[in-house]
Amino acid sequence: MSKSEREPLFSAKNIKLLSTPLNDENPITVQVLGICSALAVTVMLEPAVVLAVAVVAVMGAANVIISLLRKTIPPRIRIIVQLVVIASLVILVDQVLKAFFYDVSRQLSVFVGLIITNCIIMGRLEAFALGNKTWPSFLDGVGNAAGYGWILIVVAFFRELLGSGTLWGYPVIETLGFYNLGYENNGFMILPPMALITVGIIIWVQRARNRKLIESN
Amino acid sequence: MEGLINIFVRSVFIDNMVFAYFLGMCSYLAVSRTVSTANGLGIAVVFVLGITVPVNYLIENYFLSAGSMAWLGEGFAAVDLSFLSFIMFIAVIASMVQLVEMIVEKFAPTLHSSLGIFLPLIAVNCAILGGSLFMQEREYANIAEATSFGLGSGVGFYLAIVGIAAIREKIRYSNVPGPLRGLGITFIVTGLMGIAFMSFMGIKL
Repeated sequence: MSKSEREPLFSAKNIKLLSTPLNDENPITVQVLGICSALAVTVMLEPAVVLAVAVVAVMGAANVIISLLRKTIPPRIRIIVQLVVIASLVILVDQVLKAFFYDVSRQLSVFVGLIITNCIIMGRLEAFALGNKTWPSFLDGVGNAAGYGWILIVVAFFRELLGSGTLWGYPVIETLGFYNLGYENNGFMILPPMALITVGIIIWVQRARNRKLIESN
Repeated sequence: MEGLINIFVRSVFIDNMVFAYFLGMCSYLAVSRTVSTANGLGIAVVFVLGITVPVNYLIENYFLSAGSMAWLGEGFAAVDLSFLSFIMFIAVIASMVQLVEMIVEKFAPTLHSSLGIFLPLIAVNCAILGGSLFMQEREYANIAEATSFGLGSGVGFYLAIVGIAAIREKIRYSNVPGPLRGLGITFIVTGLMGIAFMSFMGIKL
C-alpha cells in the first residue's frame, strides 16, 4: 500500500485503467465477457440501469477484496474463494434490491443471481485483481463494469424506444405525436433475438469507427 | 409421464437457454469455432445440468425454502434459509463439477479425454446456475420434473452451440464486411437463429 500512496491517486496510468474498458477493451464487444446476463434485461431502461449499477458495485467490491487477500489465497482453491466472495456480495445486492426496489427486483428475476457467474467478474479477478494493488484493482473493476453497463444501457435505450415507444416508462413517442402521423411501435424489438442483433450492430458501428479492433477472420 | 415429456420439449425448444434467455452465451461464443469442440462442450453441459438441477432441487426443498426443514423436528419448521440459495447452488455446482470430473476420469477415460478442459470451465457457465435458479423460480412438483427440465435445458444448449459452430465453419468462406467479422456476425446469426426458434412458441403441448 505505502508504495502506491506515493503516486497520485489519479495518475495517467490509473485513469487509463478506468477508460480503456469503455472502448478499446470493452468487456462485451471486445473481450466477449459477461454477455450471459446482459441481454435479457434490456427490454426496458430501468432494469438495465439497475443491473448496471449492481454490477459496478459488486465488481468494485470484489476486486478490492480479492486484491487485499491476494497474498493469502492458495492458488489451488482460488476459484472457490472467488466464487464465495462474489456470491456473498451478490446476496447483499439482492437483499438490498428486494428491500428498496421490489418491482425492479421482480423484473430482474434470476438475473441478479446470475451476476455470480458473470464471466466479467471472474475474468477480471483472475486477470487483474490477483496480481495488482488494491487501488488499481478497484479502478479496473469499476472501469470494466462501466464498460459493460454502457452497452447495456444503449441496448435498452433503443429497445425501449423502438419497441414500446417509451423511455423509463415515459411515453416519448406519444408526447411527440408520432402516432397521429401513422407511426407504430416495432413489437419485434421487445423479443429476445433483437437484443442480439442490436449488440451485433453496436459492434459493427464501434469497429467501423475503431479500425484496429477488426478481426482478421 | 406425459408431463415429463412436455417439460422436456418445452425446455429444449420454447424456453431454450441460449435463444430465449441468453444463458451460457460466454462459452457459446468462445467455444463455437469448430463443430468438434462445440460437441464436447455441449455434451458436458447436458451431463452437468442433468445432475446439478436435481441435486439443487433436493437442497432447495429439504433445506432452504421456508418451512422445508420441518422433517428435522418442530423447532426447525419456521426456519427460512432461502436467502442462502445463491451461495449453496454455486457451491453445489462447483463441487459436483469436480466430482463428475473425477468419476468420469476413473470410469470413462475416453469420455474424459474428449470432454477435456470443458468440465472445469462449466462451473462458471451461466447456463448451469441459471438452470438451478429457474428450477427454483418455477417450483417443479417433484424431482423427476426437475431432472427432465435439467436434461431438456442441456439438450437445448447442445443444439444451439452445435448449430452455430456449423454455421461459423461455413461463414469463414464468405465475404463478411470487415467490422462485422468474427463477433459481430456471430451475434447477428444467433439473433436470426433465435427468431427461427421463436416459431416454436405457439405450440401448445
